[in-house]
Amino acid sequence: MSILWIKNGRVIDPANQRDAVGDVFAVDGRIVAELSAEQQQQAEVIDAGGQIVCPGLVDVHVHLREPGQTHKEDIRSGSRAAAAGGFTTIVCMPNTSPVADNSGTIERIRNSAKANSIVHLYPTGTLTVGMKGEALAPIGSLKQAKVVAVTDDGKCVQNNELMRRAVEYAHMLDLVVMDHCQDDTLTKGAAMNEGEWSMRLGLTGWPAAAEDIIIARNIVLAETTGAHIHMQHVSTKGGVELIREAKKRGIRVSGEAMPHHAFFTDEACKDYNPNFKMNPPLRTAEDREAVIQGVIDGALEIIATDHAPHTDYEKDCEFDKAPFGVIGMETALAVCLEVWHHSGFLELPALLQRMTEQPAKLVGLPAGTLSPDAVADVCIFDPNERWTVDPLKFQSKSMNCPWNGMTLRGRVKHTIRAGERIWDGEQILEPSAS
Amino acid sequence: MSTTTTWRHKDLTSIERLTREEIETVHHYAAQFKQSLGRTQKKLPTLRGKTVINLFIEPSTRTRVAFEIAAKRLSADVTTIEEAASSLVKGESLRDTAEVIQALNADLIVMRHRSPGSADYLGKILNIPVINAGDGAHEHPTQALLDTFTMKERLGDLAGRKVTILGDILFSRVARSNIWALKKLGAHITLCGPATLIPESFRSLGCEITHNLRAALADADVVMLLRIQHERQASTHFPSLGEYKALYSLNEERASWLKPDAIIMHPGPVNRGVEIDSALADSKQSVILEQVTNGIVTRMAALFLCLTKANELNNAQAPAQS
Repeated sequence: MSILWIKNGRVIDPANQRDAVGDVFAVDGRIVAELSAEQQQQAEVIDAGGQIVCPGLVDVHVHLREPGQTHKEDIRSGSRAAAAGGFTTIVCMPNTSPVADNSGTIERIRNSAKANSIVHLYPTGTLTVGMKGEALAPIGSLKQAKVVAVTDDGKCVQNNELMRRAVEYAHMLDLVVMDHCQDDTLTKGAAMNEGEWSMRLGLTGWPAAAEDIIIARNIVLAETTGAHIHMQHVSTKGGVELIREAKKRGIRVSGEAMPHHAFFTDEACKDYNPNFKMNPPLRTAEDREAVIQGVIDGALEIIATDHAPHTDYEKDCEFDKAPFGVIGMETALAVCLEVWHHSGFLELPALLQRMTEQPAKLVGLPAGTLSPDAVADVCIFDPNERWTVDPLKFQSKSMNCPWNGMTLRGRVKHTIRAGERIWDGEQILEPSAS
Repeated sequence: MSTTTTWRHKDLTSIERLTREEIETVHHYAAQFKQSLGRTQKKLPTLRGKTVINLFIEPSTRTRVAFEIAAKRLSADVTTIEEAASSLVKGESLRDTAEVIQALNADLIVMRHRSPGSADYLGKILNIPVINAGDGAHEHPTQALLDTFTMKERLGDLAGRKVTILGDILFSRVARSNIWALKKLGAHITLCGPATLIPESFRSLGCEITHNLRAALADADVVMLLRIQHERQASTHFPSLGEYKALYSLNEERASWLKPDAIIMHPGPVNRGVEIDSALADSKQSVILEQVTNGIVTRMAALFLCLTKANELNNAQAPAQS
């Protein structure tokens, strides 16, 4: 019997509106309301005095590059990066090689997760065959293979008729469709946000309209089909406003904010550092404020990272030739604390809700709460500890992080997956073989 | 012309980073080198023993040749590498290519490349100076230096002068570099051409934008034409060369809207009959060939400053060692 007693922390469990100094107990990997006197004597005790104790964080948007691109990341390293960032549940995107558009590849990912992942890992499947946007993927088989959502993330289905059928079909199967909103006709050769900085740098601009047009399309399709469409990595003011308005009209859409869009603006590209190149791109100050506000008022109900690893030699090149994407799981909590909490915008329970309960609910995962009998996934952090982001210390295989060298406030001290400590604030604690 | 000279850079990658004094320093040395052009013995010993590599990853004639001649006039050894003949076509990264060139004991690299920011990237990687000979739509600093040098020869001080840049601004590194240079030298800039080729964001650099050609020409001291790129006519930016010509080509009638002493410039290569009527390109108002000649002396000045002044600077800043 394994017994865990987390003492004296400020326990914040948004799903149960709990926010008080107290204790959290786990027995055999599940949360319990209390320990018997005998159990107390046997328990492994973690003193969380002065720290925050919350459900393990949930990230529904990560790229683990397995199978096929394991020089960038794999399930083993990616799950350790998650643990170091306080995440205990992650959802990986299907743009692997081969792409996860068939149940065999999903099975392969799930098998690897069983062997290699130290956090709970859930796969997604594609919307279309080969992510080519030409024919429906076997979404029913993917569902049977236990994908938790379908998405062509990294690409966007351009054919509106096909997208309509895809969302209708996924709706029948009760699967959320996650969409990467990008009108390809407006982004040919684009490397960064279109605006003053793209003009100054001579880089081809990526207009906000390319994102807003697809968000508007998806709202129309969600309204007419009744399906739930989730807008991934919303980066524009127009996009946030469209989603907010659609929700007011009762349409089943949801939205996701990324730490990097809430932290940086396109000015960050001024030195042509490809660690500031991602898709969608960093936008203007006005867009950044809209993303921050969207998270505050719930237009964007979840925060996810879009953790997208690339090796240094892939990123060390001319800006327009570099691949899109940045890693973010190991910095997300601190960045979100800086953007929303230390700034005074959100109390901790509200911020943590968007990183635990809400994303778990979005895709129907058994995670994101400290309710009795829930799986004992816990994140313990010091919201005020300052630390400097050192890419050499990442658990991720890659170092393409825009916060490299910056000092952030908020440090994960312990990560607990199913009652077992997997991160102690400095290093990964390898799970005992079972 | 200023006699106090300033140069604080290892590389010349953009005009944006230069001060007015540094631009004037280039002009100062260009004027000195221009005096040597009339001699029978044109070669100066200034850069003897130095090796200059021209790394041209995008086609170019006049810039490449001007740099070659400039280096040779200063007695440097110069080798040109073009994309087709480089290992880049075999998939070698730009970093590796550049480090190989440095390891071959080159003293300076002149680079033209399609990717914006590639010259800055190279400058950060290498210890030797890098001169940007055009990086995508970002900058073409030596073009702006020679253009402003040419304007000053004709007009004197550029403060308060009005310069109209006409044509494809969006894709033009020449426009961007000239805008930075002209702003620093105190000139007023008007951009003119089809709306699809002039993003409104250029106003943030202090430029005026008009789509009315007559208004743009009426009080200009300089009209700078930019090459309309044939390859773009099939894209969505304008309907046809014919329509561009109908709206924005500089012809005899439109040239009569200019002040009589206004000058006409073009960085080349000229599409005769598209941006400008053939006769106008050869008229007394045109300084197109002077630009080419000044392109040599300006680049001599750039090479000289990057190879000598930058070293002096480095030595001055290096901690005393015995």
